[in-house]
Amino acid sequence: MRANCWTGKRSVEVREVPDPTILNRRDAIVKITSTAICGSDLHLYNGFIPTMREGDVLGHEFMGEVVEIGPGVDGLSVGDRVVVPFPIACGVCGACERGMTALCENSNPNAGIAEKLLGHSPAALFGYSHMLGGYPGGQAEYARVPFADFGALKVESDLSDEKVLFLSDIFPTGYMGADMAEVGPGDVVAVWGAGPVGQFAIASCFLRGAERVIAIDRIDHRLRLAQETGAETLDFEQVSVPEALAEMTGGRGPDKCIDAVGMEAHHANHALHAYDRAKQAAMLETERPHVLREAVMSCANGGIVSVIGVYGGFTDKFPMGSFMNRYLTMRAGQCHVHRYMPTLLDHVRNGDIDPSFVITHRMPLDDAPKGYRTFLEKADDCEKVVLTP
Amino acid sequence: MRAVLSSGRTTGRETAEELARGLGMFSLALGSAQLAAPVAVARLAGVRADGPTVRGVTSLCGVRELVQGAGILSGRGTAGWLWSRVAGDVLDVATLAVGAARRGAAPARLGLSLAALAGVTVADVVAARGLSRRGDDGADECRAVAAVTVNRSRAETYRHWSDLEHLPEFMAHLRSVRVEASGRSHWEAVGPAGSTVRWDAEIVEDREDEVISWRSVGDADVENTGSVRFRDAAGGRGTEVVVELRYRPPGGRAGAVAAKLLGEEPNQQLRDDLRRFKQVLEIGEVVRSEGSPTGQSTRQQLAQRPAQPVA
Ligand SMILES: NC(=O)c1ccc[n+]([C@@H]2O[C@H](COP(=O)([O-])OP(=O)(O)OC[C@H]3O[C@@H](n4cnc5c(N)ncnc54)[C@H](O)[C@@H]3O)[C@@H](O)[C@H]2O)c1
Ligand SMILES: [Zn+2]
Ligand SMILES: [Zn+2]
Repeated sequence: MRANCWTGKRSVEVREVPDPTILNRRDAIVKITSTAICGSDLHLYNGFIPTMREGDVLGHEFMGEVVEIGPGVDGLSVGDRVVVPFPIACGVCGACERGMTALCENSNPNAGIAEKLLGHSPAALFGYSHMLGGYPGGQAEYARVPFADFGALKVESDLSDEKVLFLSDIFPTGYMGADMAEVGPGDVVAVWGAGPVGQFAIASCFLRGAERVIAIDRIDHRLRLAQETGAETLDFEQVSVPEALAEMTGGRGPDKCIDAVGMEAHHANHALHAYDRAKQAAMLETERPHVLREAVMSCANGGIVSVIGVYGGFTDKFPMGSFMNRYLTMRAGQCHVHRYMPTLLDHVRNGDIDPSFVITHRMPLDDAPKGYRTFLEKADDCEKVVLTP
Repeated sequence: MRAVLSSGRTTGRETAEELARGLGMFSLALGSAQLAAPVAVARLAGVRADGPTVRGVTSLCGVRELVQGAGILSGRGTAGWLWSRVAGDVLDVATLAVGAARRGAAPARLGLSLAALAGVTVADVVAARGLSRRGDDGADECRAVAAVTVNRSRAETYRHWSDLEHLPEFMAHLRSVRVEASGRSHWEAVGPAGSTVRWDAEIVEDREDEVISWRSVGDADVENTGSVRFRDAAGGRGTEVVVELRYRPPGGRAGAVAAKLLGEEPNQQLRDDLRRFKQVLEIGEVVRSEGSPTGQSTRQQLAQRPAQPVA
């Protein structure tokens, strides 16, 4: 089959690789009909996530049709149309039982590697390094889906791929950003990053009844898209974000702050940006944590900082004093997609939201290298790229 | 507590521990740099040429440093990890020398790097010796301990383990266990360099749902004892399984250090074994990914296939 493979820093290649086969009893093989490129893939593309290997198949946002099932799969049949959550989860371990499927204790065969870097291992993810499992991803014609009876969500055929594809990751992720921040009526929420994840965080805040959402980015077309969802916007290259946020909230600061940017943030001050970039390149720190620092400093007293942007290792100059003295709360995590999918599918079915609003680029799988470049550079007003095998 | 025991004076051991922590952090930093920018690190060290070999070797050293750094900082078996650093230092000097000879070297930098390595080696030896001077660190005996929580009742967990013939299903090093009518068992395991080691064992203690312990008897290739304990996890979260193994490795302490360098870290291996045990009990089989088709094995982390379907 054809599959988009990681071939090194800033390089991917669509190659011919073997077709997947059933390896475990609860596996299913899915013939992929739509798959997307995620901001998380850019961290791999840019070489910031350790333990990638040349030839690894990328992609963790995909859906398609079940074409083969293992002997241990109940409740799923050949021909079913499914969306697949990006974390791989067994459904029966302690973490899965408590709904924390991104922390499944059984899915990562390389948990020992993750332990070295992280202390304990989270769940495995599709197409996301060997430390997180060494599973091939879904930017391919077919994928093996482990624990398919628990993971794959069946969807009826009257909803188009574009409306349900993002249930695999970015819609639930944005939603979890709002959930971790306990967003509700009366809240003023600031969201850093108006990429696809940020857009779904903004939309989710409104779904949960937030009164005002302020989106922060520097890319014009992305800020405009956020405005269409109802957000006010700030361009971090034009204003000082903490000052602007204080002013917009009567000096209090936003009640809830969501980091939807992660480890590759930009800094409006080019000198400071260069400082963190240099430290990151020399591996003195693994992140460029401008957004995290800014979110903590900007957040209202007693507020919540919710981190869905991905971080990989160690960070410098975390404003612990601000965090401690002002009774802040921070929550963070890869999304427990399984937990949110059914409710969010209902929202799509009811017409509360049409997730396809983020799609700007559609291309065949073979154009994946071009898709990665376009999405990385945010060229051609790119917000989200969907690939069809 | 240590301060009380040493009546408030800084002991040689404390100094060694501090040094060890410093060296652990150093390992983490260097390892990260070697992984992130192998060519740059090789250049800094004085090796001029780029190319896949330099990049590959430097990255491998990076992984080793990360593993050692984490090992040292984990506080478990610190002395052993430090000795593995000493062996690593020797390897580094050799690698640098070979790399420089083959690929051309910048003499000033190369000199500096070698001097720095010599300094680090001395520090490693001092810290390792300081920590090795320990009463309970029996001369040639190795100890591995690991624990896992299984989302199953104590009875079920105990039952699965008490049938010793189940063990090779999740313990990677075991080839087979055969229980004889007498209660004695015959064990075969993979030894160094793929050899087979054999021993007979007897059960020392067997209390239902609580503990099983065993020891090798007679003329064993690897003398060993072990125990597994079962206790309820707090909050109804199943059963905590704690395993302890003691054994005299073939080749003594030197053999154990060499094995560690090759990724055979006994605590890690045992943790991997226990994770497989958990998988077998919770989901009925060992979980496999295309990168690790044989299941849990940190030992094979350097030998992973790419994450591509298995042909
Ligand atoms: N937690 C999860 O489960 C999960 C799931 C999916 C994605 N993610 C992460 O979410 C993040 C965003 O993903 P995406 O697909 O939207 O990526 P993206 O690259 O399209 O978007 C990131 C946006 O952040 C903006 N940005 C950069 N620096 C900024 C700053 N200082 N202030 C404000 N905005 C800034 C960029 O201009 C860009 O628009 C990534 O880190 C990704 O890995 C997390
Ligand atoms: Zn993603
Ligand atoms: Zn699980």
